[in-house]
Amino acid sequence: MTERTKPSNGKKKSAEAKAAKAKSGAAKTNVTQPQLGFIGMCRWAWRQLTTMRVALILLLILALAAIPGSLLPQRIQDPGRVNTFLENNGAWGEFLDTIQMFDVYSSIWFSAIYLLLMISLIGCVIPRSAQHWKAMRSAPPKAPRRLGRMPGYVAFTSARDEDGSGDRAAADEAFLDTAQARLKKLGYRTSRHSDHIAAERGYLRETGNLVFHIALLVATLTMAIGSLFGYQGQRILVEGDTFTNSLVAYDSFEPGSYYDADNLPDFRLKLDSFTSTFDDRAAGNQFGQPRTFDAKVTATADGKSESHVLRVNEPVRVGSTGVYLTGNGYAPEITVRDAKGDIVQSGPQVFIPDGGDPGYTSEGVIKVPDAAGTQMGFVGVFLPTATQNEDGELVSSFAELRNPYLVMSGYTGDLGLDNGTPQSVYSLDAENMTEMTDASGNPLLIQLSEGDTQKLPNGGSVTFDGVKKYIAVDISQDPTQGLMLASAIFVLLGLGLSLFIPRRRMWVRIKDGAVEVAALARGEDPMVERAATDLAADLRDDDDDPDDAEGRDAPKSPTDSRGRSKR
Amino acid sequence: MDVNTDLAMWSNQLIISAMIVYAVAMIFFAFDLFGGRELKTTQDKVAATAKVSTVRRTNRKTATTAVLDPPETEDDEAAPSTSSSTSRAKRRRGARIGTSLLVLAFLLHAAAVITRALSVMRVPWGNMMEYVLTATAITVLVYLTVNIKKDVRYLGTFVSGGVLLCLGLAITVFYTPAAKLIPALDSYWIAIHVPIAILSTALLYISAILAVFQILKSVHETKDPKWLRFMHRLPSSVDLERISYTIAAVGFITWTFTLIAGAIWAEVAWSRYWGWDSKEIWTFVVWVIYAAYLHARATRGWGPTKVAVLNLIGIAAVIFNFTVVNVYFNGLHSYSGLD
Ligand code: HEM
Repeated sequence: MTERTKPSNGKKKSAEAKAAKAKSGAAKTNVTQPQLGFIGMCRWAWRQLTTMRVALILLLILALAAIPGSLLPQRIQDPGRVNTFLENNGAWGEFLDTIQMFDVYSSIWFSAIYLLLMISLIGCVIPRSAQHWKAMRSAPPKAPRRLGRMPGYVAFTSARDEDGSGDRAAADEAFLDTAQARLKKLGYRTSRHSDHIAAERGYLRETGNLVFHIALLVATLTMAIGSLFGYQGQRILVEGDTFTNSLVAYDSFEPGSYYDADNLPDFRLKLDSFTSTFDDRAAGNQFGQPRTFDAKVTATADGKSESHVLRVNEPVRVGSTGVYLTGNGYAPEITVRDAKGDIVQSGPQVFIPDGGDPGYTSEGVIKVPDAAGTQMGFVGVFLPTATQNEDGELVSSFAELRNPYLVMSGYTGDLGLDNGTPQSVYSLDAENMTEMTDASGNPLLIQLSEGDTQKLPNGGSVTFDGVKKYIAVDISQDPTQGLMLASAIFVLLGLGLSLFIPRRRMWVRIKDGAVEVAALARGEDPMVERAATDLAADLRDDDDDPDDAEGRDAPKSPTDSRGRSKR
Repeated sequence: MDVNTDLAMWSNQLIISAMIVYAVAMIFFAFDLFGGRELKTTQDKVAATAKVSTVRRTNRKTATTAVLDPPETEDDEAAPSTSSSTSRAKRRRGARIGTSLLVLAFLLHAAAVITRALSVMRVPWGNMMEYVLTATAITVLVYLTVNIKKDVRYLGTFVSGGVLLCLGLAITVFYTPAAKLIPALDSYWIAIHVPIAILSTALLYISAILAVFQILKSVHETKDPKWLRFMHRLPSSVDLERISYTIAAVGFITWTFTLIAGAIWAEVAWSRYWGWDSKEIWTFVVWVIYAAYLHARATRGWGPTKVAVLNLIGIAAVIFNFTVVNVYFNGLHSYSGLD
């Protein structure tokens, strides 16, 4: 574990103090330390920014800065909840909004932190890559004089030529040959010096580390850029509906800044049917939980139609566009007649289920602008399985259609559709309307089982014809997804290499038959001592049986197993 | 939609049995760690050896300290081995019984996981209760595996204790009847993303206990207060740091994988790979904290104790992510199975 960035962290205090002085000097009188001008300051800042110490602090700040987004509602997730929060919290809410606490991940401060990290990362990766490139192409460094100080160290006397009959120097040479061959076999890069072999292995560790950091950089950039070129849209489809991919067909559409909506790919999607099942056997809180959501759809592109089953975890992909099932509910079919008996409204009306209710109690509105006389509006609740609870209230006890029931109130007056202000189709602005009343003057309660019709005081009527199901889909395109996946894979690969490949230097020196074997770890390497002892043991074995030592394919088994374990 | 309720009941019974055995194992481990009369007789020798080795270690550059330690053979028991082997065997009897009991408890526990899975014919991590049930089993498995390579029986008290506590929560607060999956979870990604998350949590938990021991041990080595006497039998803080780091490093990789697999699943399910959902936020926060931990270790000016504190902040975030975020924060990941 060495820090490879150069600036002297040890002296950081004085450096900082100097720079602080220089700063004030530059700003005011230029008296104190004029040498450190603007360029100097930039250099100083750059060097600080690219130290690991600063990267570390930035990482910690990044972790902290990400937290508020999980505590406060965020606009990217749920703008509605943000508005509620603002309404309930007055000045405090406004203050939070000013400092972008509801848009944490696109805020100036959050962006600043990760941009600084990215710059820091670039500043550290480039010089390290250069250094590593050089290191990979140069020979392993020569042995230091005193090998005894290395963490792994073994000394012994070579058995070769102990009787002194032959040439001492030749025996030493032969010994080094053997040692070099063995180190090579163990995956070391070696270089031969007069009295020793220098060897190094594990360059992949640093390579992996650089790959990791670079892939991280690419991933972050991809994430930042990806949102600019894609789009996301939502649409609700009732059984039988067909969606044609064009801007007007979306209920909501959020393009990236550089997305050209004219280029929406041409396709159609029809919802043939939707089936959902819910658990009516499980005990406790598992009762009524959903078990299957299957949407049968037909996708048509380039004149070809294909049937698919769209499920929550199985999007349908048409070309580069993905269609994802994100919600579902019931759309009661309701017919409204006016006083003359003419049908003024008919067909399925989307009711939105209350997210927390396993019984799918749903709310919806019906707007009838074209009735004879006055406009009408209805606000209601739909209960798939209506039941009376202990308190006598009507609730839905199960999500399937076992006893569908509709409860509504009606209004007459101005729906406010004509003044041009956009309205949600799922809410009714009853400000300029009067509630319908029954004969005794109480608010009118419209209660309908499937097939029922109820008369309205103005002479019209409401009929509950049946129920259809609907699905909500997200439709989106993100052209950068592939790149993101690739960088993620490189992040993992690089990380694996950089954390688990030991990088190690070894030296074998022989002088007049006195052998020294030493090993030095570069980075985490719990095996460094064993590397030296094992190599020494192997070389001794070879000594005893020199003919067998070089280039043999199958070394003696105990040696071999130890040799392997170090790779 | 059929659930084999008999098997599910068996599973609950097995959980209770495993808990009883974990409790007994914990007591034996605690005796091994904190008790022991022989301590006084060997303690001087032990202390002497420990000092020698720390001195030898600290006069080397911090940058390479961690890699200079003796290989495993010399570890843990190196110092006590100077005392007579009979007294040592006696002294570690608690640890041996504890380990045997832990293995037994693990078998019961594994049986509980398997019967639960069979009762619903799916992966046993479809809600918070099952997640805890499986995660604790994996934690014990990881611990026993590490124990084969390295004697870490001194952690036994906290492994069995932690598992006991979690199982207690699982069958009370988190209890969820056996049932099939909801559609949102019904994907093969649940068989990839979740078990790796479980494995990461197990690894990071064990690394964190080691970090606590490391901090205590370094206090013991420098100040030697009375209440830390029991620390004599633990390996040096340098060794503890290294094991803790190695496990955390593996945990970081698996956590990275969890994050990536989660993003891929998110694309499949929610049409985008990253959307700052509260669970995504906290998974990211945890990841950044451990990245900082790994950096801190390689940064000058960050001593081992400070680095260990980062490790502890990391595990705190992991636990927060699993408990508070699951139960109280609303987001897309609301699968706790709780009301
Ligand atoms: C200025 C920015 C950065 C610098 C200067 C930097 C530098 C380094 C260096 C020198 C190492 C190797 C440590 C060793 O020798 O073991 C390293 C490892 C690592 N870095 Fe960074 N890094 C930076 C940014 C980041 C970022 C933004 C992340 C992720 C959030 C990150 C995650 C890691 C991880 C996980 C390791 C592996 C730890 C290890 O090898 O022990 N780094 N970094």
